[in-house]
Amino acid sequence: MIRAMLPDFATIFPLRPGRVHEACGPGAAAFAVMAAGQGRALWIRPAWQKEGLYPVGILSVCEPAQMLIARTQQEVDSLAVAEEALRDGALSCVLIEITRPLDLREGRRLQLAAKAGGTTGLCLIPEGMGSNAAETRWRVRPEFDDEREDSTLMRWEIIKNKSGTIGAWNVRWSQEARRVHVVSPVGLRPGSEGAPG
Amino acid sequence: MCMWFPRLACDRVLKARPVEAPFALTLTDKNAERIYCLNAQAETLGLHRGMSFADARAFCPNLLSQPARPDLDARFLGALRRWATRYCPWVGREGEDGLVLDVTGSTHLWGGEAAMLDDMRARAERSGLTLRLGLGDTRGAAWALAHYGQTTGVLDALPVAALRLEAEVVTGLQRLGLRSIGDLKATARAPLARRFGPGVLLRLDQALGDVPEAISPGAEPPHYGVRLSFPDPIGLLPDVMSATERLLAPLCDKLKAQGAGARTLVLTLRRVDQGSQQVELRLASAMRDAGRILPLFERGLGDIDAGYGIDVMRLEATVVEALPVQQIGLSAQVQPDQLNDLITRIGTRIGLENVQRFLPADSHIPERSFIVAPAAFSAAESGWHSHRPRPLRLFPPEAISAEGARPPERFRWRRMSLTTGRATGPERIAPEWWLEDDSWRSGLRDYWKVETREGRRLWLFYTPQNPGWFVQGEFI
Repeated sequence: MIRAMLPDFATIFPLRPGRVHEACGPGAAAFAVMAAGQGRALWIRPAWQKEGLYPVGILSVCEPAQMLIARTQQEVDSLAVAEEALRDGALSCVLIEITRPLDLREGRRLQLAAKAGGTTGLCLIPEGMGSNAAETRWRVRPEFDDEREDSTLMRWEIIKNKSGTIGAWNVRWSQEARRVHVVSPVGLRPGSEGAPG
Repeated sequence: MCMWFPRLACDRVLKARPVEAPFALTLTDKNAERIYCLNAQAETLGLHRGMSFADARAFCPNLLSQPARPDLDARFLGALRRWATRYCPWVGREGEDGLVLDVTGSTHLWGGEAAMLDDMRARAERSGLTLRLGLGDTRGAAWALAHYGQTTGVLDALPVAALRLEAEVVTGLQRLGLRSIGDLKATARAPLARRFGPGVLLRLDQALGDVPEAISPGAEPPHYGVRLSFPDPIGLLPDVMSATERLLAPLCDKLKAQGAGARTLVLTLRRVDQGSQQVELRLASAMRDAGRILPLFERGLGDIDAGYGIDVMRLEATVVEALPVQQIGLSAQVQPDQLNDLITRIGTRIGLENVQRFLPADSHIPERSFIVAPAAFSAAESGWHSHRPRPLRLFPPEAISAEGARPPERFRWRRMSLTTGRATGPERIAPEWWLEDDSWRSGLRDYWKVETREGRRLWLFYTPQNPGWFVQGEFI
């Protein structure tokens, strides 16, 4: 019954291009590099942020040579750069680290820019600070794996979806296939964290 | 005609700061400081070029000195070359401290050869330059007379060194008893050629005018600047944009003719009230396509306050790079252009050096195994490799309280209490002792991948020489 409600993972995960999505939770950075994949990507982050990507570590997921970094002094600059990059179409993915909730106008502008350029946008947001304009919102959390060593088991919950229902999956990064591999869908019990209200 | 500045380097320095004492410029050559140039006063004391500076100080304790700057000397000679074009249009460089002028047909403008030489001497003296002149029928003769003779005269009595020969050849000729050019002229040519090679005879013939020797005048470096003045001042943005378009067209044509591309463009707008404003455009790659540069100016021009109107506009390419013509045809070639344009547009907002990319570096220290470089000034490099699992994010080490060489069972990190589920390691990384690095002062590090029961997979290290535990990264 519950399984039938789950949207098909293949229809949502390679994130819909031409839209802006959101990711939160401790595994949001991992989600972002997986969303960027092999394409050319721009990572926009505030200059004061000390915690950076480690290019050798992302090697198993995406190509560091394809990744550009923009360091901005203010949130406004981040948004302006994101809008410019989304509209241009030279990149396949734009990743934006955001520290405050976007208002509807800002979210909508990013959405229009993404549509114009056919670029995928992904905002990395603090928990609970989503914008209403986002196409989908994901909460990503790494999970402990009892069985496998060197596991990349994660729990991905889609907590907002404009064009479908929400759901949750346990996924793992398959390094050989270079894609996300669904381990098992997670049942949504009433009262569980990701259950619809 | 040849102009020789025997003390060019010294004269340049002393022109700016005259001293009334022995003065020398020194240059470090093969680990020894040697004298590069001297003033007249120092020369009379018996010092000479090429002697070691320590010896010179022993001879002459009150010798003043300064390190030589051959690059500035070369620039100074370039300025003198431009100055010398007042005498004739055909001026070239002769070695590092001389000029060669083809004055044929222009001496009468100065009232004859003697008057021209007097004018040259007077001007050189006024500006404090030591100048020796040589006026001959050929380039070789002029050189010989400037360096060894008395401006004009015959070559026969001059020593063979005046023929621009190498030192060994001169010594060889002197051992044979051929001391002057006259001696050399009287000798049979065939044995000379056999013994010293064709060089000696070529130089002799060049000096005597039997073999022609051309003077190649130095080319002026191209100037990338165009200006436009208006009969009536303009102020509307579309007008200014179309004026910029008009300025860009000739500038880009010139860049194209020279096989160059602009990297930085400065547009100066002069207002009617004499104030001027500048718009600087820094490009992510060298460009000379007017159609692509023009839209990039839009943002900068939007901020300009036109006041009562703009009446002069000047566009200059201040930084220019070589941009050879490239084969087009593959669609993949177009893509980098689009990306570079995007980097330029982003760069005008946040600064071109804030758009960066990762480059691999050869080090086993995690923090140093990559370089972050401005994307506009570097090319993407492949060649990334990792032998062991590495974290996705890296941060400055954060201390946690734990003891012992094994990872702790429980620990607190960032106000979370975590329980170790599985620990993999250790992997020992030693500091690079040949580089100073404060963060590696604590010595060796044993890295562990700790998978916590709460889910987070962290990269911890233990410093055995200076016991302590730190978190430095987080895995996928």
